[in-house]
Amino acid sequence: MHYGVPQRPIFRGLDIKVRKGRITAIMGPSGTGKTTLLRLITGQISPSRGSVVVWGNDLSTLGRSEIYALRKRMGMLFQNGALLTDLSVFENVAFPLREHTDLPEPLIRTLVLTKLHAVGLRGAAYLMPGELSGGMARRVALARAIVMDPEVLIYDEPFVGLDPISMGVIVRLIRQMNEGLGLTSIVVSHDVQELSTIAHDSYLMSGGKVVAAGTPQELASSGLEVVKQFMTGSDDGPVPFHYPAPDYRKDLLEEGE
Amino acid sequence: MSAVAVDNPLIAGIRKLGKVTLFFFRLLAQCGPALARPGLVIQQIYNAGARSLIIIMLSGLFVGMVLALTGIDLLQRFGSEDVLGVAAALGLLKQLGPVVTALLFAGRAGTSLTSEIGLMRATDQLTAMEMMAVDPMRYVVAPRFLGGIIAMPLLVAIFDIVGLFGAQLVGVQQMGVNAGTFWSNMQASVSMDDVTEGIVKSVAFGIACTLIAVYEGYHADPTAEGVGLATTRTVVASAVLTLIITYFLTAAFL
Repeated sequence: MHYGVPQRPIFRGLDIKVRKGRITAIMGPSGTGKTTLLRLITGQISPSRGSVVVWGNDLSTLGRSEIYALRKRMGMLFQNGALLTDLSVFENVAFPLREHTDLPEPLIRTLVLTKLHAVGLRGAAYLMPGELSGGMARRVALARAIVMDPEVLIYDEPFVGLDPISMGVIVRLIRQMNEGLGLTSIVVSHDVQELSTIAHDSYLMSGGKVVAAGTPQELASSGLEVVKQFMTGSDDGPVPFHYPAPDYRKDLLEEGE
Repeated sequence: MSAVAVDNPLIAGIRKLGKVTLFFFRLLAQCGPALARPGLVIQQIYNAGARSLIIIMLSGLFVGMVLALTGIDLLQRFGSEDVLGVAAALGLLKQLGPVVTALLFAGRAGTSLTSEIGLMRATDQLTAMEMMAVDPMRYVVAPRFLGGIIAMPLLVAIFDIVGLFGAQLVGVQQMGVNAGTFWSNMQASVSMDDVTEGIVKSVAFGIACTLIAVYEGYHADPTAEGVGLATTRTVVASAVLTLIITYFLTAAFL
Protein backbone atom coordinates (compact mmCIF):
# COMPACT_ATOMS: atom_id res chain seq x y z
CA MET A 1 0.00 0.00 0.00
CA HIS A 2 1.33 3.42 -0.94
CA TYR A 3 0.19 6.78 0.30
CA GLY A 4 1.55 10.28 0.07
CA VAL A 5 0.74 13.94 0.11
CA PRO A 6 2.06 15.94 -2.85
CA GLN A 7 5.87 16.00 -2.82
CA ARG A 8 6.08 13.85 0.29
CA PRO A 9 5.45 10.14 0.20
CA ILE A 10 4.47 8.86 3.64
CA PHE A 11 4.11 5.15 2.97
CA ARG A 12 6.15 3.28 0.37
CA GLY A 13 4.98 -0.29 0.10
CA LEU A 14 3.57 -0.71 3.57
CA ASP A 15 2.19 -4.19 4.23
CA ILE A 16 0.45 -4.95 7.49
CA LYS A 17 -1.96 -7.75 8.39
CA VAL A 18 -4.14 -7.65 11.46
CA ARG A 19 -5.35 -11.03 12.64
CA LYS A 20 -8.73 -11.65 14.22
CA GLY A 21 -8.98 -11.82 18.00
CA ARG A 22 -5.43 -10.59 18.60
CA ILE A 23 -3.82 -7.41 19.79
CA THR A 24 -1.70 -5.95 17.02
CA ALA A 25 0.73 -3.21 17.96
CA ILE A 26 1.89 -0.72 15.37
CA MET A 27 4.94 1.14 16.60
CA GLY A 28 7.18 3.72 15.12
CA PRO A 29 8.92 6.98 15.86
CA SER A 30 6.86 10.17 15.83
CA GLY A 31 6.15 11.41 12.33
CA THR A 32 6.15 7.99 10.64
CA GLY A 33 2.47 8.37 9.85
CA LYS A 34 0.88 6.16 12.48
CA THR A 35 -2.21 8.33 12.73
CA THR A 36 -2.34 8.57 8.94
CA LEU A 37 -2.34 4.78 8.84
CA LEU A 38 -5.39 4.71 11.12
CA ARG A 39 -7.17 7.17 8.86
CA LEU A 40 -6.45 4.84 5.94
CA ILE A 41 -7.71 1.79 7.83
CA THR A 42 -10.98 3.53 8.70
CA GLY A 43 -11.55 4.86 5.20
CA GLN A 44 -11.19 8.55 6.02
CA ILE A 45 -8.58 8.83 3.27
CA SER A 46 -7.69 6.53 0.37
CA PRO A 47 -4.28 5.15 -0.59
CA SER A 48 -2.73 6.51 -3.79
CA ARG A 49 -1.68 2.99 -4.78
CA GLY A 50 -2.51 -0.44 -3.37
CA SER A 51 -5.48 -1.22 -1.21
CA VAL A 52 -6.82 -1.33 2.31
CA VAL A 53 -8.90 -4.46 2.80
CA VAL A 54 -11.24 -4.69 5.78
CA TRP A 55 -13.25 -7.91 6.27
CA GLY A 56 -12.61 -8.77 2.65
CA ASN A 57 -13.85 -5.39 1.37
CA ASP A 58 -11.47 -3.12 -0.51
CA LEU A 59 -12.26 0.26 1.04
CA SER A 60 -11.57 2.24 -2.14
CA THR A 61 -14.41 0.39 -3.94
CA LEU A 62 -16.97 1.25 -1.26
CA GLY A 63 -19.32 4.22 -1.16
CA ARG A 64 -19.87 6.49 1.81
CA SER A 65 -22.80 4.54 3.23
CA GLU A 66 -20.96 1.22 2.96
CA ILE A 67 -17.94 2.67 4.75
CA TYR A 68 -20.30 3.96 7.45
CA ALA A 69 -21.76 0.45 7.75
CA LEU A 70 -18.25 -0.96 8.27
CA ARG A 71 -17.45 1.71 10.83
CA LYS A 72 -20.43 0.61 12.93
CA ARG A 73 -18.47 -2.61 13.45
CA MET A 74 -15.37 -0.71 14.59
CA GLY A 75 -14.69 1.31 17.69
CA MET A 76 -12.00 3.92 17.86
CA LEU A 77 -10.31 5.52 20.80
CA PHE A 78 -8.83 8.92 20.03
CA GLN A 79 -5.68 10.33 21.54
CA ASN A 80 -7.55 13.04 23.46
CA GLY A 81 -10.79 11.11 23.89
CA ALA A 82 -12.69 13.38 21.49
CA LEU A 83 -15.75 13.40 23.75
CA LEU A 84 -18.59 15.64 22.64
CA THR A 85 -18.18 18.58 24.99
CA ASP A 86 -21.84 19.61 25.06
CA LEU A 87 -23.04 16.19 26.27
CA SER A 88 -22.61 14.59 29.69
CA VAL A 89 -20.51 11.45 30.16
CA PHE A 90 -23.69 9.36 30.12
CA GLU A 91 -24.97 10.97 26.92
CA ASN A 92 -21.57 10.62 25.27
CA VAL A 93 -21.60 6.88 25.81
CA ALA A 94 -25.28 6.69 24.83
CA PHE A 95 -24.65 8.72 21.64
CA PRO A 96 -23.95 5.83 19.21
CA LEU A 97 -26.92 3.89 20.62
CA ARG A 98 -29.30 6.81 20.18
CA GLU A 99 -28.01 7.45 16.66
CA HIS A 100 -28.07 3.89 15.37
CA THR A 101 -30.70 2.02 17.35
CA ASP A 102 -34.28 2.43 18.53
CA LEU A 103 -33.66 0.80 21.89
CA PRO A 104 -36.00 1.82 24.71
CA GLU A 105 -34.62 4.24 27.29
CA PRO A 106 -34.32 1.70 30.18
CA LEU A 107 -32.22 -0.59 27.97
CA ILE A 108 -29.96 2.28 26.86
CA ARG A 109 -29.49 3.21 30.50
CA THR A 110 -28.55 -0.34 31.39
CA LEU A 111 -26.10 -0.66 28.50
CA VAL A 112 -24.44 2.68 29.19
CA LEU A 113 -24.07 2.02 32.92
CA THR A 114 -22.64 -1.45 32.23
CA LYS A 115 -19.99 -0.06 29.90
CA LEU A 116 -19.17 2.79 32.27
CA HIS A 117 -18.88 0.28 35.10
CA ALA A 118 -16.44 -1.75 33.00
CA VAL A 119 -14.11 1.26 32.81
CA GLY A 120 -14.74 2.12 36.46
CA LEU A 121 -16.58 5.39 35.85
CA ARG A 122 -20.21 4.57 36.55
CA GLY A 123 -20.06 7.14 39.33
CA ALA A 124 -19.01 9.85 36.86
CA ALA A 125 -21.99 9.30 34.55
CA TYR A 126 -23.46 12.74 35.11
CA LEU A 127 -20.29 14.80 34.95
CA MET A 128 -19.49 16.90 31.89
CA PRO A 129 -16.36 16.10 29.82
CA GLY A 130 -14.75 19.34 31.02
CA GLU A 131 -14.79 18.04 34.59
CA LEU A 132 -12.78 14.91 33.78
CA SER A 133 -9.03 14.35 33.94
CA GLY A 134 -7.21 13.21 30.80
CA GLY A 135 -7.14 9.58 31.91
CA MET A 136 -10.82 9.59 32.84
CA ALA A 137 -11.79 11.17 29.51
CA ARG A 138 -9.94 8.41 27.71
CA ARG A 139 -11.74 5.75 29.73
CA VAL A 140 -15.12 7.33 28.94
CA ALA A 141 -14.11 7.36 25.28
CA LEU A 142 -13.27 3.67 25.62
CA ALA A 143 -16.71 2.98 27.08
CA ARG A 144 -18.23 4.87 24.14
CA ALA A 145 -16.08 2.92 21.67
CA ILE A 146 -17.36 -0.43 22.97
CA VAL A 147 -20.99 0.47 23.56
CA MET A 148 -22.03 -0.80 20.11
CA ASP A 149 -20.10 -4.06 20.72
CA PRO A 150 -17.66 -3.60 17.83
CA GLU A 151 -15.58 -6.42 16.40
CA VAL A 152 -12.48 -4.28 16.03
CA LEU A 153 -11.20 -1.69 18.44
CA ILE A 154 -8.60 0.82 17.31
CA TYR A 155 -6.51 2.75 19.81
CA ASP A 156 -4.66 5.88 18.67
CA GLU A 157 -1.76 6.57 21.06
CA PRO A 158 -3.70 5.40 24.14
CA PHE A 159 -0.80 5.97 26.57
CA VAL A 160 0.26 9.49 25.67
CA GLY A 161 0.31 11.96 28.53
CA LEU A 162 -1.01 9.64 31.23
CA ASP A 163 0.32 9.25 34.75
CA PRO A 164 1.60 5.76 35.67
CA ILE A 165 -1.64 4.77 37.40
CA SER A 166 -3.91 5.78 34.51
CA MET A 167 -1.46 4.15 32.13
CA GLY A 168 -1.69 0.88 34.07
CA VAL A 169 -5.49 1.13 34.03
CA ILE A 170 -5.59 1.61 30.26
CA VAL A 171 -3.17 -1.25 29.64
CA ARG A 172 -5.30 -3.54 31.78
CA LEU A 173 -8.49 -2.40 30.05
CA ILE A 174 -7.07 -3.03 26.60
CA ARG A 175 -6.16 -6.58 27.60
CA GLN A 176 -9.54 -7.14 29.28
CA MET A 177 -11.47 -5.88 26.26
CA ASN A 178 -9.48 -8.21 24.06
CA GLU A 179 -9.87 -11.29 26.24
CA GLY A 180 -13.33 -10.70 27.67
CA LEU A 181 -15.08 -9.54 24.52
CA GLY A 182 -12.97 -11.40 21.95
CA LEU A 183 -12.16 -8.15 20.19
CA THR A 184 -9.55 -7.64 17.55
CA SER A 185 -7.42 -4.72 18.71
CA ILE A 186 -5.09 -2.42 16.84
CA VAL A 187 -2.91 -0.28 19.07
CA VAL A 188 -0.86 2.49 17.55
CA SER A 189 1.73 3.83 19.91
CA HIS A 190 5.39 4.47 20.55
CA ASP A 191 5.39 3.27 24.14
CA VAL A 192 7.46 0.14 23.68
CA GLN A 193 7.34 -1.00 27.30
CA GLU A 194 3.56 -0.87 27.64
CA LEU A 195 2.94 -2.47 24.29
CA SER A 196 5.31 -5.35 24.84
CA THR A 197 3.23 -6.49 27.83
CA ILE A 198 -0.02 -6.79 25.86
CA ALA A 199 0.65 -7.16 22.13
CA HIS A 200 0.45 -10.49 20.35
CA ASP A 201 1.89 -9.18 17.08
CA SER A 202 3.98 -6.07 16.57
CA TYR A 203 4.98 -4.07 13.57
CA LEU A 204 7.69 -1.44 13.64
CA MET A 205 7.37 1.22 10.98
CA SER A 206 10.07 3.53 9.75
CA GLY A 207 10.56 5.48 6.55
CA GLY A 208 7.15 4.50 5.21
CA LYS A 209 7.75 0.75 5.47
CA VAL A 210 7.53 -2.02 8.00
CA VAL A 211 11.11 -2.58 9.12
CA ALA A 212 10.40 -5.35 11.57
CA ALA A 213 7.50 -7.61 12.51
CA GLY A 214 6.92 -10.33 15.05
CA THR A 215 6.20 -10.78 18.71
CA PRO A 216 7.51 -8.09 21.08
CA GLN A 217 10.21 -10.52 22.22
CA GLU A 218 11.38 -11.07 18.66
CA LEU A 219 11.60 -7.33 18.13
CA ALA A 220 13.57 -6.87 21.33
CA SER A 221 16.18 -9.40 20.23
CA SER A 222 16.38 -8.11 16.65
CA GLY A 223 19.79 -7.37 15.20
CA LEU A 224 18.59 -4.56 12.94
CA GLU A 225 20.07 -1.17 13.83
CA VAL A 226 16.82 0.75 13.39
CA VAL A 227 14.91 -1.69 15.60
CA LYS A 228 17.61 -1.60 18.29
CA GLN A 229 17.58 2.19 18.27
CA PHE A 230 13.81 2.32 18.69
CA MET A 231 13.60 -0.37 21.36
CA THR A 232 16.44 1.11 23.44
CA GLY A 233 15.65 4.74 22.78
CA SER A 234 19.06 6.02 21.70
CA ASP A 235 18.91 9.48 20.18
CA ASP A 236 20.94 8.95 17.02
CA GLY A 237 21.16 6.03 14.66
CA PRO A 238 19.40 5.06 11.45
CA VAL A 239 16.63 7.41 12.58
CA PRO A 240 18.63 10.64 12.68
CA PHE A 241 18.43 13.06 15.58
CA HIS A 242 18.70 15.97 13.12
CA TYR A 243 16.03 16.87 10.64
CA PRO A 244 17.76 17.07 7.21
CA ALA A 245 19.60 20.42 7.03
CA PRO A 246 22.46 22.00 5.11
CA ASP A 247 25.97 21.83 6.51
CA TYR A 248 26.00 23.34 10.02
CA ARG A 249 29.19 25.38 9.60
CA LYS A 250 28.16 26.74 6.21
CA ASP A 251 24.68 27.57 7.53
CA LEU A 252 26.04 29.64 10.42
CA LEU A 253 28.61 31.49 8.30
CA GLU A 254 26.04 32.40 5.66
CA GLU A 255 24.05 34.39 8.22
CA GLY A 256 25.72 37.77 7.61
CA GLU A 257 25.53 37.75 3.81
CA MET B 1 -3.22 21.55 -9.45
CA SER B 2 -0.51 23.86 -10.75
CA ALA B 3 1.23 26.49 -8.66
CA VAL B 4 0.00 29.24 -10.99
CA ALA B 5 -3.63 28.33 -10.41
CA VAL B 6 -3.23 28.56 -6.64
CA ASP B 7 -1.46 31.91 -6.72
CA ASN B 8 -4.08 33.60 -8.86
CA PRO B 9 -6.57 35.21 -6.44
CA LEU B 10 -9.35 35.20 -9.03
CA ILE B 11 -9.07 31.47 -9.55
CA ALA B 12 -8.71 30.89 -5.82
CA GLY B 13 -11.88 32.92 -5.31
CA ILE B 14 -13.81 30.96 -7.91
CA ARG B 15 -12.56 27.72 -6.43
CA LYS B 16 -13.75 28.77 -2.98
CA LEU B 17 -17.12 29.77 -4.39
CA GLY B 18 -17.40 26.31 -5.91
CA LYS B 19 -16.49 24.67 -2.62
CA VAL B 20 -19.06 26.74 -0.72
CA THR B 21 -21.71 25.82 -3.30
CA LEU B 22 -20.95 22.10 -3.01
CA PHE B 23 -20.99 22.42 0.76
CA PHE B 24 -24.37 24.17 0.52
CA PHE B 25 -25.88 21.33 -1.51
CA ARG B 26 -24.48 18.71 0.87
CA LEU B 27 -25.97 20.72 3.70
CA LEU B 28 -29.38 20.99 2.01
CA ALA B 29 -29.46 17.22 1.58
CA GLN B 30 -29.00 16.84 5.35
CA CYS B 31 -31.61 19.44 6.34
CA GLY B 32 -34.51 17.00 5.90
CA PRO B 33 -33.04 14.35 8.21
CA ALA B 34 -32.07 17.11 10.67
CA LEU B 35 -35.66 18.36 10.80
CA ALA B 36 -36.68 14.89 11.95
CA ARG B 37 -34.80 15.73 15.18
CA PRO B 38 -36.59 18.94 16.18
CA GLY B 39 -34.90 18.98 19.59
CA LEU B 40 -31.51 19.74 18.07
CA VAL B 41 -32.91 22.47 15.82
CA ILE B 42 -34.86 24.11 18.64
CA GLN B 43 -31.71 24.15 20.77
CA GLN B 44 -29.93 26.00 17.95
CA ILE B 45 -32.80 28.47 17.45
CA TYR B 46 -32.41 29.23 21.12
CA ASN B 47 -28.62 29.62 20.79
CA ALA B 48 -28.73 31.83 17.71
CA GLY B 49 -32.01 33.63 18.42
CA ALA B 50 -32.87 33.93 22.08
CA ARG B 51 -29.30 34.64 23.09
CA SER B 52 -29.11 37.50 20.56
CA LEU B 53 -32.34 39.11 21.79
CA ILE B 54 -30.88 41.70 24.11
CA ILE B 55 -28.41 43.22 21.68
CA ILE B 56 -31.03 43.12 18.91
CA MET B 57 -33.62 44.94 21.02
CA LEU B 58 -31.18 47.48 22.38
CA SER B 59 -29.81 48.21 18.91
CA GLY B 60 -33.31 48.35 17.43
CA LEU B 61 -34.42 50.91 19.99
CA PHE B 62 -31.51 53.24 19.27
CA VAL B 63 -31.64 52.80 15.50
CA GLY B 64 -35.34 53.74 15.61
CA MET B 65 -34.62 56.77 17.78
CA VAL B 66 -31.80 58.00 15.52
CA LEU B 67 -33.98 57.42 12.47
CA ALA B 68 -36.70 59.63 13.99
CA LEU B 69 -34.21 62.39 14.89
CA THR B 70 -32.71 62.42 11.40
CA GLY B 71 -36.16 62.15 9.81
CA ILE B 72 -37.68 65.00 11.76
CA ASP B 73 -34.72 67.24 10.97
CA LEU B 74 -35.15 66.57 7.26
CA LEU B 75 -38.96 66.59 7.14
CA GLN B 76 -39.34 69.81 9.16
CA ARG B 77 -37.38 71.67 6.47
CA PHE B 78 -40.15 70.74 4.04
CA GLY B 79 -42.95 71.11 6.58
CA SER B 80 -43.93 67.49 6.21
CA GLU B 81 -43.22 65.98 9.63
CA ASP B 82 -46.61 64.24 9.38
CA VAL B 83 -45.00 61.53 7.29
CA LEU B 84 -42.34 60.77 9.93
CA GLY B 85 -44.11 57.50 10.76
CA VAL B 86 -44.01 56.40 7.13
CA ALA B 87 -40.35 57.32 6.76
CA ALA B 88 -39.39 55.44 9.90
CA ALA B 89 -41.45 52.39 9.01
CA LEU B 90 -40.10 52.13 5.47
CA GLY B 91 -36.54 52.70 6.58
CA LEU B 92 -36.79 50.04 9.26
CA LEU B 93 -38.85 47.40 7.44
CA LYS B 94 -37.04 47.56 4.12
CA GLN B 95 -33.45 48.38 5.00
CA LEU B 96 -32.24 48.98 8.51
CA GLY B 97 -34.12 46.15 10.19
CA PRO B 98 -32.75 43.30 8.05
CA VAL B 99 -29.31 44.83 7.44
CA VAL B 100 -28.44 45.88 10.98
CA THR B 101 -29.87 42.64 12.38
CA ALA B 102 -27.76 40.63 9.94
CA LEU B 103 -24.61 42.55 10.90
CA LEU B 104 -25.30 42.03 14.60
CA PHE B 105 -26.19 38.39 13.97
CA ALA B 106 -22.86 37.83 12.20
CA GLY B 107 -21.01 39.32 15.15
CA ARG B 108 -22.98 37.60 17.88
CA ALA B 109 -24.26 34.25 16.54
CA GLY B 110 -22.06 33.76 13.45
CA THR B 111 -18.81 33.99 15.37
CA SER B 112 -20.01 31.59 18.03
CA LEU B 113 -21.11 29.07 15.37
CA THR B 114 -17.74 29.27 13.60
CA SER B 115 -15.64 28.95 16.70
CA GLU B 116 -17.80 26.17 18.14
CA ILE B 117 -17.65 24.02 15.00
CA GLY B 118 -13.97 24.90 14.47
CA LEU B 119 -13.11 23.80 17.98
CA MET B 120 -15.07 20.59 17.51
CA ARG B 121 -12.90 19.98 14.46
CA ALA B 122 -9.72 20.85 16.37
CA THR B 123 -10.56 18.48 19.22
CA ASP B 124 -11.39 15.56 16.88
CA GLN B 125 -15.07 15.60 17.83
CA LEU B 126 -16.17 15.74 14.19
CA THR B 127 -13.82 12.88 13.25
CA ALA B 128 -15.06 10.89 16.24
CA MET B 129 -18.62 11.29 14.96
CA GLU B 130 -17.58 10.12 11.51
CA MET B 131 -15.92 7.12 13.12
CA MET B 132 -19.17 6.35 14.92
CA ALA B 133 -20.84 6.44 11.50
CA VAL B 134 -22.69 9.65 12.36
CA ASP B 135 -22.45 12.30 9.65
CA PRO B 136 -21.43 15.57 11.36
CA MET B 137 -23.16 17.45 8.56
CA ARG B 138 -26.45 16.00 9.79
CA TYR B 139 -25.83 16.07 13.52
CA VAL B 140 -23.79 19.28 13.92
CA VAL B 141 -23.97 21.50 10.86
CA ALA B 142 -27.53 21.13 9.56
CA PRO B 143 -29.30 21.88 12.89
CA ARG B 144 -27.16 25.00 13.34
CA PHE B 145 -27.85 26.10 9.79
CA LEU B 146 -31.62 25.63 10.21
CA GLY B 147 -31.53 27.32 13.61
CA GLY B 148 -29.87 30.40 12.10
CA ILE B 149 -32.26 30.58 9.15
CA ILE B 150 -35.30 30.34 11.42
CA ALA B 151 -33.95 32.75 14.02
CA MET B 152 -32.98 35.56 11.63
CA PRO B 153 -36.47 36.60 10.38
CA LEU B 154 -37.79 36.44 13.95
CA LEU B 155 -34.96 38.68 15.14
CA VAL B 156 -35.62 41.10 12.28
CA ALA B 157 -39.31 41.28 13.22
CA ILE B 158 -38.41 42.06 16.81
CA PHE B 159 -35.83 44.63 15.71
CA ASP B 160 -38.46 46.36 13.53
CA ILE B 161 -41.06 46.51 16.28
CA VAL B 162 -38.67 47.85 18.89
CA GLY B 163 -37.27 50.26 16.29
CA LEU B 164 -40.74 51.66 15.53
CA PHE B 165 -41.33 52.06 19.24
CA GLY B 166 -38.06 54.02 19.46
CA ALA B 167 -39.05 56.22 16.51
CA GLN B 168 -42.40 56.89 18.13
CA LEU B 169 -40.69 57.70 21.41
CA VAL B 170 -38.57 60.42 19.81
CA GLY B 171 -41.01 61.63 17.12
CA VAL B 172 -44.25 61.69 19.09
CA GLN B 173 -43.24 61.92 22.75
CA GLN B 174 -40.18 64.15 22.40
CA MET B 175 -40.58 66.17 19.18
CA GLY B 176 -44.35 66.51 19.39
CA VAL B 177 -45.50 64.95 16.11
CA ASN B 178 -49.20 64.14 16.36
CA ALA B 179 -49.63 60.51 17.40
CA GLY B 180 -52.69 60.03 15.19
CA THR B 181 -51.00 61.21 11.99
CA PHE B 182 -47.80 59.29 12.89
CA TRP B 183 -49.61 55.96 13.02
CA SER B 184 -52.42 56.52 10.48
CA ASN B 185 -50.05 57.72 7.74
CA MET B 186 -47.89 54.71 8.41
CA GLN B 187 -50.87 52.40 8.18
CA ALA B 188 -52.10 54.03 4.96
CA SER B 189 -48.76 54.17 3.13
CA VAL B 190 -46.88 51.03 4.09
CA SER B 191 -48.02 48.21 1.83
CA MET B 192 -47.66 44.48 2.11
CA ASP B 193 -44.94 44.65 -0.57
CA ASP B 194 -42.74 46.65 1.80
CA VAL B 195 -43.18 44.05 4.49
CA THR B 196 -42.46 41.26 2.00
CA GLU B 197 -39.23 42.97 0.95
CA GLY B 198 -38.07 42.93 4.56
CA ILE B 199 -39.01 39.29 5.00
CA VAL B 200 -37.28 38.20 1.78
CA LYS B 201 -34.14 40.09 2.83
CA SER B 202 -34.12 38.64 6.30
CA VAL B 203 -34.40 35.09 4.94
CA ALA B 204 -31.63 35.76 2.39
CA PHE B 205 -29.35 37.20 5.09
CA GLY B 206 -30.19 34.29 7.37
CA ILE B 207 -29.08 31.81 4.72
CA ALA B 208 -25.96 33.80 3.75
CA CYS B 209 -24.70 34.59 7.25
CA THR B 210 -25.37 31.15 8.70
CA LEU B 211 -23.93 29.36 5.67
CA ILE B 212 -20.72 31.39 5.92
CA ALA B 213 -20.48 30.76 9.66
CA VAL B 214 -20.88 26.99 9.47
CA TYR B 215 -18.70 26.68 6.36
CA GLU B 216 -15.83 28.58 7.93
CA GLY B 217 -16.12 26.60 11.15
CA TYR B 218 -16.28 23.25 9.36
CA HIS B 219 -13.22 24.07 7.24
CA ALA B 220 -11.19 25.88 9.90
CA ASP B 221 -7.58 24.75 10.35
CA PRO B 222 -7.63 22.60 13.49
CA THR B 223 -5.44 24.98 15.47
CA ALA B 224 -6.04 27.94 17.78
CA GLU B 225 -4.84 30.27 15.03
CA GLY B 226 -6.98 28.56 12.39
CA VAL B 227 -10.17 28.89 14.43
CA GLY B 228 -9.38 32.55 15.15
CA LEU B 229 -8.84 33.31 11.47
CA ALA B 230 -12.00 31.46 10.49
CA THR B 231 -14.00 33.53 12.99
CA THR B 232 -12.63 36.74 11.54
CA ARG B 233 -13.44 35.61 8.01
CA THR B 234 -17.01 34.87 9.11
CA VAL B 235 -17.62 38.40 10.32
CA VAL B 236 -15.96 40.09 7.36
CA ALA B 237 -17.56 37.91 4.69
CA SER B 238 -21.02 38.06 6.30
CA ALA B 239 -20.94 41.86 6.57
CA VAL B 240 -19.75 42.44 3.01
CA LEU B 241 -22.12 39.87 1.54
CA THR B 242 -25.06 41.31 3.49
CA LEU B 243 -24.47 44.75 2.01
CA ILE B 244 -24.05 43.40 -1.52
CA ILE B 245 -27.23 41.31 -1.28
CA THR B 246 -29.12 44.33 0.07
CA TYR B 247 -28.27 46.32 -3.01
CA PHE B 248 -29.46 43.67 -5.43
CA LEU B 249 -32.64 42.83 -3.52
CA THR B 250 -33.52 46.51 -3.11
CA ALA B 251 -33.06 47.01 -6.84
CA ALA B 252 -35.19 43.95 -7.54
CA PHE B 253 -38.07 45.22 -5.38
CA LEU B 254 -38.18 48.74 -6.87
